[in-house]
Amino acid sequence: MTTAAPAAPVRPATAAPTTTPAGRILALGRAEATLLLRNRSALFIAVALPLLMIGALRGVLDQQAEKLAGLDLDAALVNGVVGFVLMFVVYYNLTSAYVARRNELVLKRLRTGEAGDLEILAGTAVPAVALGLLMCALVAVGGAVMMHLPGPANPLLIVAGLALALVLLIALAALSSSFTKTVESAGITTLPLMLVTQFGSGLLVPLEAMSDRVADLCRLLPATPAFELIRLGWFGTDGSAPATGFAGTWAEAAPHLAVGTLWTAVAVWTTLRVFRWEPRR
Amino acid sequence: METSHPQPPADHVIEVAGLHRRYGPADPAGFDAVRGVDLTVRRGELFALLGTNGAGKTSTMELIEGLAAPTGGQVRVLGHDPYRERGALRPRIGIMLQEGGFPGDLTVAETGRAWAGITSGARPGDGGRTLDEALALVGLTGRRGVRVKQLSGGERRRLDLAVALLGRPEVLFLDEPSTGLDPEARAATWRLVRDLRAQGTTVLLTTHYLEEAEELADRLAIMHRGRIVTTGTVAEVIAGRPSRISFELPERELEFADLTLPPLAGAEVRAEGRRITVQTPRLQDTLTELLGWAARHRLALGGLDARSASLEEAFLAIAAGAEEQSPEPPAVPARRNPLRKLIGSAR
Repeated sequence: MTTAAPAAPVRPATAAPTTTPAGRILALGRAEATLLLRNRSALFIAVALPLLMIGALRGVLDQQAEKLAGLDLDAALVNGVVGFVLMFVVYYNLTSAYVARRNELVLKRLRTGEAGDLEILAGTAVPAVALGLLMCALVAVGGAVMMHLPGPANPLLIVAGLALALVLLIALAALSSSFTKTVESAGITTLPLMLVTQFGSGLLVPLEAMSDRVADLCRLLPATPAFELIRLGWFGTDGSAPATGFAGTWAEAAPHLAVGTLWTAVAVWTTLRVFRWEPRR
Repeated sequence: METSHPQPPADHVIEVAGLHRRYGPADPAGFDAVRGVDLTVRRGELFALLGTNGAGKTSTMELIEGLAAPTGGQVRVLGHDPYRERGALRPRIGIMLQEGGFPGDLTVAETGRAWAGITSGARPGDGGRTLDEALALVGLTGRRGVRVKQLSGGERRRLDLAVALLGRPEVLFLDEPSTGLDPEARAATWRLVRDLRAQGTTVLLTTHYLEEAEELADRLAIMHRGRIVTTGTVAEVIAGRPSRISFELPERELEFADLTLPPLAGAEVRAEGRRITVQTPRLQDTLTELLGWAARHRLALGGLDARSASLEEAFLAIAAGAEEQSPEPPAVPARRNPLRKLIGSAR
């Protein structure tokens, strides 16, 4: 150890902070991305699993198409794959990441630094969000090219749906992680929301294949509005009415936007109060 | 070093009054880790918080660092409430927790880069201490490419210290900075901390190495069971503590059962078998009496040891005294006997 004499003893008290919220989130996100790339099992679950689901999903939807005439198979497939990507890459993967960082006391250590609580949670989510969006883009391009899908009816609704889904799933991942002791047990603690979303939010079973009353209930589930907005933005319908154009989709989108925003606000609010920054002793 | 610091409070960097921290519910199932702590750390001072394991040092540190809200009492650091005004305070302080908190799969450089990105003054040109400088200070420059999980315990401690030093903060919080270090690394850390203090950094550190406090601290406080039992400079803390003489009477002494020690004014004598311990406020007088007596009786006193009051004596007396008073078991099971560790590390 050598002790080089520094130029000034301490930074002057009047010196302005030299970091910004965006810079801090990116610095944390870069470290987290490095960790994700080095964690093979997390990477497999995030990248390979949703893609493997495409095949299985196709089979499930084919069966349903036999029972339900007029089901837009392509729309249901794209909707399902995007949903699976977001659930695995953002929700499940991020729950594990929060648990791992908490158990390594990384979250506690970060709170001794300049990043605020929301910045720490957001910074940790950066690679999951980036990877999730990248995969959604690949699905969209792949769908457009291979299935000759039309261009989006209302791109703004797609953006709104993705934004709602991301914020909601980040908050729910943080919330789930608070009830998860080890990375291994994340598979169990994330299961309720995974199952409810797969069966109730139109990923495996399109809502229009359900009875009206069940479908209405399913539209109130946390993730349904965000997924319905994405579908509405792309195909001009959420399956409950004939497809419309840019202007017509807003009216159909209103209830989804309202319910989705409400759920997201509740999730963020609860998370900020319940989230655990260090392991239980 | 005389520098003027215009902003208020001019002199007191850390002010703690009536601090309480309770874990768990307000019934016997809960536990008071901190029970009414007051302390003040002045600008440029190095203040050491001493105590046995479970004394409440880390619980107190976490409240002062703003990681948790106190159950009661007040904390001010650089004039800010560290819990509510975390954002305003963080750019000016550096914190080293008792346990690392770095992902094992990142390298030293990657960890440092992330922290430099969230620490004011840490990037080149920002006017503070850069990552390269901080790693050089703790001697980890050659370990930049090593994953954190492959570092030794001591190296991890030093990485933790380097991160706390990024940006050159005004106030440093070091929770057991030298635990787990080998003697050489510990000496180097002491040199570094002394240099930082000489350059005007205010330091609050916890330790259970008495030697460390004696070497480094301007002032110290000894905690026991959530309270500060004694505080002041090393000289103040040991003032009024008795000196100690101990020796063993020779075997043949048993044959002269009527042989008794001379009257030793003001001293307290305890015998355990042939081992005699004398506590005295006047070491020289008592020792003179004792040696004269031994010479007159032609006694060889085995293992003769005479020592002035030391921080170690004061600490052991406080720990022993407090244990007699409160029979309840310690809340946190001691990893190993803290006293043994203290004795073992003392000169």
